[in-house]
Amino acid sequence: MNLSEKILAAHSGKSSVSPGEFVNVRVDVVLSNDITAPLAIKEFSRLGVRKVFDAGRVVIVPDHFTPNKDIPSAEQCKFVRDFAREQGVVYYEVGQAGIEHVLLPEKGIVLPGDVVVGADSHTCTYGALAAFATGMGSTDIAVAMATGEIWMKVPQAIKFIFNGKLQPWVGGKDLILYTIGQIGVDGALYSSMEFAGPAIDELSMDGRFTMANMAIEAGAKAGVFTADSKTLEYVKGRSSRKFAVHRPDADARYAMTYQWDASSIEPQVALPSLPSNARPVSRAGNVELDQVVIGSCTNGRIEDLRVAGRVMGKRKVHPGLRVIVIPGTPAVYLQALREGIIEKFVEAGAVVSTSTCGPCLGGYMGILAAGEKCLSTTNRNFVGRMGSTKSEVYLAGPAVAAASAVLGRIASPEEVAA
Amino acid sequence: MKLRGTVHKYGANVDTDAIIPARYLNVSDPEELAKHCMEDIDADFVARVRKGDIIVATTNFGCGSSREHAPVAIKASGISCVVAASFARIFFRNAINIGLPLLESAEAADGCAGGDVVDVDLASGTIKNVTTGKTYHAAAYPAFLLDIISSGGLIEQTRMKLQSAGKL
Ligand code: SF4
Repeated sequence: MNLSEKILAAHSGKSSVSPGEFVNVRVDVVLSNDITAPLAIKEFSRLGVRKVFDAGRVVIVPDHFTPNKDIPSAEQCKFVRDFAREQGVVYYEVGQAGIEHVLLPEKGIVLPGDVVVGADSHTCTYGALAAFATGMGSTDIAVAMATGEIWMKVPQAIKFIFNGKLQPWVGGKDLILYTIGQIGVDGALYSSMEFAGPAIDELSMDGRFTMANMAIEAGAKAGVFTADSKTLEYVKGRSSRKFAVHRPDADARYAMTYQWDASSIEPQVALPSLPSNARPVSRAGNVELDQVVIGSCTNGRIEDLRVAGRVMGKRKVHPGLRVIVIPGTPAVYLQALREGIIEKFVEAGAVVSTSTCGPCLGGYMGILAAGEKCLSTTNRNFVGRMGSTKSEVYLAGPAVAAASAVLGRIASPEEVAA
Repeated sequence: MKLRGTVHKYGANVDTDAIIPARYLNVSDPEELAKHCMEDIDADFVARVRKGDIIVATTNFGCGSSREHAPVAIKASGISCVVAASFARIFFRNAINIGLPLLESAEAADGCAGGDVVDVDLASGTIKNVTTGKTYHAAAYPAFLLDIISSGGLIEQTRMKLQSAGKL
């Protein structure tokens, strides 16, 4: 069995499972947010169950439109908060909350070998911790909150092997944009993506979170990494809960295997309006920008801010554009503050926001007008994603974002950071 | 169940931001969501759509976010079913769970144009384009999913299960 099959078998009381099979899976963590929890709570009430299956395993993070951006958002958040208090579930209030997929690993809520379901498509982020994690809708989440179980179809797996050594300034974002560029936005539809190879072994945990995060952008159900010493080091001290480390068998089945030479991959940019429109930054063309966003569940971690800070050095934000930096959680914010990175951004002329999804989904805190172009470290560049349907979003990692912030146009980190 | 409606045709990768933009997600009322259904790719969809109409699209329909608001908005707009060459997986689950029928058929997706009148028989998966006279067949649902659909959705199915287990 491959890694996903191992985890799903262990959670459905079976000795083995195979692709296409429908199974009822026991879940370790059930997640929702301020946008998806209201629907989930309404469906939960329709079930007639009074209490969630295990208050310690149901997690709600208000992060999308928080701090409340308008009156309907405030009502929505209040509805969710009241439910969270009444049920006693794990809940983080503004001030302790951050972007859910940065927050949960940091708090030790997700551990290797877990099955995690979340009413948010980027729940797949936790695959970086060797968990099987997948996004679902609110009705699924209502049922999981009530019963601690949910139905799943066992996905086929596709293996991605990255050989060689990463070039300077190339990180997880570049590898995943390259991958999606190769296989397309439905290249892993109904599948789980399994990442391996020497370049993956070298990649930091933050880089792996970034890659797993965007598995959904290839249509995948999950994006998983086998746990190694970095994974175990990461989870150490974050939780006292027991966990299991599964490994794919030597004869595991994969529907397909891709092998790439990571040393030939340059920093990438995905042009509007699909993440699969990826190309090396050297071939992105001369694109003048109105805004740069550094943050989100894809690239709002401390390593991302460090990379961006390193590229910026003591340079100023180009006068032609706005730069918005959003640390993923209060802990990331504090760490960046202590390392002097926040100070550097503010002195350069960037604005640093409280942790929120904000502009990533066109919520607030940096919405685009018609005709504006934004380079963003987020994960989706669909039409209208960050504002006007006549605006454009370009996706890249933090190094390209910082270089572009300095030069006012899409730029390679090589152009600024000597 | 037999359905008849006029086709609203779209291409590949219709994403959930196109189906219901995030700026409207500060509410979850179906009627409110329906007012903005398809707004960013088809501004007059809401004015044009009639009860019973059918959306036909090519590959990867519903890709992007997990928002159940997307199938909810489509259903509340009056659309009776969606036919596509393929669906994004979370959208697929959500639609099954809330009772919006989906039919997967690349041939039907190719063979239906906007404005065509189409008959759909959900039980047999038959899609008949009344305008062109051509008939297509969608893949049948596996028994596991059919049980959710015939129970009236996942909530109803789970409630019945909990009841028979004496847990309600
Ligand atoms: S940061 Fe963006 S992609 Fe991530 S959870 Fe928030 S809205 Fe979704």
